Amino acid sequence: MLSIKNLHAKIENKEILRGIDLKVKPGEVHAIMGPNGSGKSTLASVLAGNEMFEVNEGSVEFNGKDILEMAPEDRAREGLFLSFQYPVEIPGVSMVNFLRTSLNELRKYKGEDPLSASEFLKLMREKKNLVEIDSDLTNRSVNEGFSGGEKKKNEIFQMAMLEPKLSILDETDSGLDIDALRVVANGVNKLKRPDNATVLITHYQRLLEYIVPDFVHVLYHGRIVKTGGKELAHELEANGYDWIKKEFGDK
Amino acid sequence: MENLIKNIIGKDISLVELFEENRSKIEEQSFSVLNDQREEAFDAFQELGIPSNKVESYKYTNLQPLFTGDFTFSLKPETLTENVEDIFSCDVDTLDSITIYMVNGWYYTRNNPGDLPQGVRIGSLARLAEEDPDFLARYYGSRAPHLSDGVVALNTMFAQDGFFVHVPEGVVVEKPIQIVNILMSEDALMTTQRNLVVMEDNSEARIMVCDHTLTTNKFVMNSVTEGFVGKEARLDFYNLQNQHNATTQVAGLYFEQHERSHLATNNLTLHAGVARNNIELKLAGEHAEGHAYGLYLLDKNQHVDNFSYIDHAVPECFSDELFKGVLDDHSTGSFTGKIMVRPDAQKTNAYQSNNNLLLTNDAKMNTRPQLEIYADDVKCSHGATVGQLDEDAMFYLRTRGINKEESTILLMYAFAYEVIEKIKVEPLREQIRALVEKRFRGELDKCHSCVVCGQKGTDLSCL
Repeated sequence: MLSIKNLHAKIENKEILRGIDLKVKPGEVHAIMGPNGSGKSTLASVLAGNEMFEVNEGSVEFNGKDILEMAPEDRAREGLFLSFQYPVEIPGVSMVNFLRTSLNELRKYKGEDPLSASEFLKLMREKKNLVEIDSDLTNRSVNEGFSGGEKKKNEIFQMAMLEPKLSILDETDSGLDIDALRVVANGVNKLKRPDNATVLITHYQRLLEYIVPDFVHVLYHGRIVKTGGKELAHELEANGYDWIKKEFGDK
Repeated sequence: MENLIKNIIGKDISLVELFEENRSKIEEQSFSVLNDQREEAFDAFQELGIPSNKVESYKYTNLQPLFTGDFTFSLKPETLTENVEDIFSCDVDTLDSITIYMVNGWYYTRNNPGDLPQGVRIGSLARLAEEDPDFLARYYGSRAPHLSDGVVALNTMFAQDGFFVHVPEGVVVEKPIQIVNILMSEDALMTTQRNLVVMEDNSEARIMVCDHTLTTNKFVMNSVTEGFVGKEARLDFYNLQNQHNATTQVAGLYFEQHERSHLATNNLTLHAGVARNNIELKLAGEHAEGHAYGLYLLDKNQHVDNFSYIDHAVPECFSDELFKGVLDDHSTGSFTGKIMVRPDAQKTNAYQSNNNLLLTNDAKMNTRPQLEIYADDVKCSHGATVGQLDEDAMFYLRTRGINKEESTILLMYAFAYEVIEKIKVEPLREQIRALVEKRFRGELDKCHSCVVCGQKGTDLSCL
């Protein structure tokens, strides 16, 4: 489904990703962990198509297509979804208008008819129940005045609405209290299917108690330096990142 | 048309000559209240002339070249053979309003405002001067600065007609009052309109003025509105401007507010060639509340200059200003926010904000706050921003499959929304919302003439 080969990316001539290799197959859950500044969020941004970053080497194939040349909207239409670490507040754009536009763009790309207003509202109700989002949130502007937890729930709600093939969750657990974390994790688990995949980017092991990964990768200095099963996450939780830093320290 | 006097205006002196030549005719067909002020206005105009950008308050809009050129000048009421409703038919179902029309600044003779609440008067200023001169004399010329502003002086020299709205004490006008200003002419036309709004104590009304052009000629409209909002009275005054690119409009709103009155003005410029809005609120009674809002959406070579002046003349008043603009192509805009806090005006609260979105490197915006504070116990704040679209928001929308163009429209609309949501009449807000979205999509031409009517103009007028 996703195949990243030797991916290098930089911002203002500072190389952040320095040769990433990663393969994700349908049905899998991958966790990417690593200390601050290791390049986790950059990887998520580059995959989603953020133009702030320049890819100077390597390739990314998604569903057999080279997505590096694609605009962010086309990547989304192909089925890629990024749950933002810091979801953006957009006052004046209503959640309903935003989501309906988004969903219908995706449907158009697949050659499907746009949803009518009533079909859309019905779908929205279903998905709201699924991810336990307060109905009030969808009556407001996109993320405007949402608490940290509400913003993250809203990301999962969008994921439920758009049904992506691959979801990249960038620090979705950060800033969540335990209840919100459970809601977010339950949402992700409920949306899991044999034909979709999830990449969790996280600093802490906490989220992985609720969403069990098939693979755990450790990102450090722009490279994946270690890959293992879920037990690797426990090891990191117990020992911190210092041993990684020692073992793979600068260069 | 015989009611127009052909005139070639080369320079200011020609406007003076035009007045001298026609003065006796104008005075014959007008009544004393209007005539009484022509002399001093004329004296002032000879001193002041049309403001150039050397006049401080017109620094960003040089009106001289715009008031120069070949124009006919409208000196007699327009006599239309056709019904204005036929040219500009209004689907009143969409907004249940009291509607009147003005043609080239003149009160349309076949207007029928329908049944009005007890004592409410809506009509022609010329008729008011004839039928109730004492009433008019109490207000006429007392707010608009015809001795210090050349455009107002010119307006006062030539003033013959316009609309007036009078809501007596304690009366609430439930239906919005809609005034449709139409410019239509066979030749380039310069014209004058003089309006009066009197809201007596405890009265309440909402007035919506829509400005339209129905023919493709060049127009210069010089409009002055004086307004008086009595104790505890409430008035919302909206001005929706939708005129073609060869139109110059100088529209002055000069309001005086009394104790505990509440006034909100909202200047929505969707389309104009050159628009200069003068918005003056004098807070003359304690606990008066004045809100001045504005939204301007510009492209091509359009120019909009909003000049606001909030005068805190007494203590304990509140004012709030929010002006937002989206500028595309080579358009230019300016905003001046003058706030005066007089020495006695303690406990004043005055807020001002002007935010602008520039979509190209060629678009240009000048914004300047001018605060003069002579009291020491006041809260004043002002802020101005000029920026581009939010890149983060843009990226966020695009990661949800919404393309760049559509995201841009969503974000521009979101930017404008803050002003639109100030519109309290719900159906009106909804229609303006839709109109603004159309404007951003490039689907709005002046054919979608009237916001309330949704009436399409003829092909000719759709330039």
